[in-house]
Amino acid sequence: MSYQKLSRNQIAERVAQDIPDGAYVNLGIGLPTKIASYLPSDKDVFLHSENGLLAFGPPPAAGQEDPELINAGKEYVTMLQGGSFFHHGDSFAMMRGGHLDIAVLGAFQVAANGDLANWHTGAPDAIPAVGGAMDLAVGAKQVFITTDHVTKQGEPKIVAELSYPATGLKCVDRIYTDLCVIDVTADGLKVIEKVDGLSFAELQAMTGATLVDATQG
Amino acid sequence: MIDKSAASLAEVLSQITDGSTIMIGGFGTAGQPAELIDGLIQLGIKDLTIVSNNAGNGDYGLAKLLKAGAVKKVICSFPRQSDSWVFDELYRAGKIELELVPQGNLACRIQAAGMGLGAVFTPTGYGTLLAEGKETRHIDGKDYVLEYPIKADFALIKAQQGDRWGNLVYRKSARNFGPIMAMAAGVTIAQVSEVVDLGELDPEHIITAGIFVQHVVQVQPEPVAV
Repeated sequence: MSYQKLSRNQIAERVAQDIPDGAYVNLGIGLPTKIASYLPSDKDVFLHSENGLLAFGPPPAAGQEDPELINAGKEYVTMLQGGSFFHHGDSFAMMRGGHLDIAVLGAFQVAANGDLANWHTGAPDAIPAVGGAMDLAVGAKQVFITTDHVTKQGEPKIVAELSYPATGLKCVDRIYTDLCVIDVTADGLKVIEKVDGLSFAELQAMTGATLVDATQG
Repeated sequence: MIDKSAASLAEVLSQITDGSTIMIGGFGTAGQPAELIDGLIQLGIKDLTIVSNNAGNGDYGLAKLLKAGAVKKVICSFPRQSDSWVFDELYRAGKIELELVPQGNLACRIQAAGMGLGAVFTPTGYGTLLAEGKETRHIDGKDYVLEYPIKADFALIKAQQGDRWGNLVYRKSARNFGPIMAMAAGVTIAQVSEVVDLGELDPEHIITAGIFVQHVVQVQPEPVAV
């Protein structure tokens, strides 16, 4: 039986379904940013940005861009009614202080125990940059990861132990890949959903850590 | 009568000397005090340590200061960006030192300096390369890293309006590091788009109280794209 991987937009749409009404959420740069487009309009979800925004909205119309109204990805945004500005100290208190409900981040690797690597490949010639990744990893009440299940070279990104430098330890709660959704639990990596036509054995073969089949039926 | 807005930009900057540690506000170009930075370049000083979130964008502001060879060390969270070619080249050539600090630790270390704290225990970075060799402590079931305050001789920040007592209000996401840097430097210099009369800023809306600001300089910033 054959299967179809989820597109980046489909992963974003899937994550959006798990963001409850009233949640304070930080969406990382890249794929996580796309989730905003799939949040239903009947929910109040408060998007947080490191650089001091809460309840920001979609990009402005052409010609309405304001260089002083940007998100952490340095993209132009707008403010929703009820949105607020604050300085960096308060912005990171929202994370570190455990006020932010969900952070959605990308990953180079996630380990079976929830360790996350997403800031540095460890390559000697790489210029390291960390931004707010480590703060989000340890600070948000829940950390969701969106990622391809394997690298472009076919190597597993979900691994027994990290080989890249860690961003945070035991911080990941849930992983959304282009093949499945995995809960990171004390009892192991529980696959709660997978794409149609993909067997559990095939999924396990593409994963560097032991999975538990917790799919329904 | 105290008038913190009396001196010209050049007069105010002339107190900055070789080897100073300078905080520069901004997140990317938003909130970067570009006119103050241009004035700093004119001084021709060198061996500066810069504390800022990024390490310059394009050939604008902070990037221009780096290009001028004025900076020996950058303390920041996110140097590598699509348009950080000035920093990238200096770093690869070994001509600039980098202390990489997670963004929230950068903020809380700056705040610790402004608040007179000796250090902070922060959970961010625990168990990572950026905490290697640092003291740690297990407090109430969680692991923390000991981080020391980041102080500066000067802070250069951008606000929207200021008055002659140094009270400031900011504009949108240009606020970012401004209020906390103002508290952490010996001398804080704020460039503002408008100096207003005392009493025009509503006390309920003042973000940075004048006690944290030594100089207010009115400039007409050029609009800049992200």
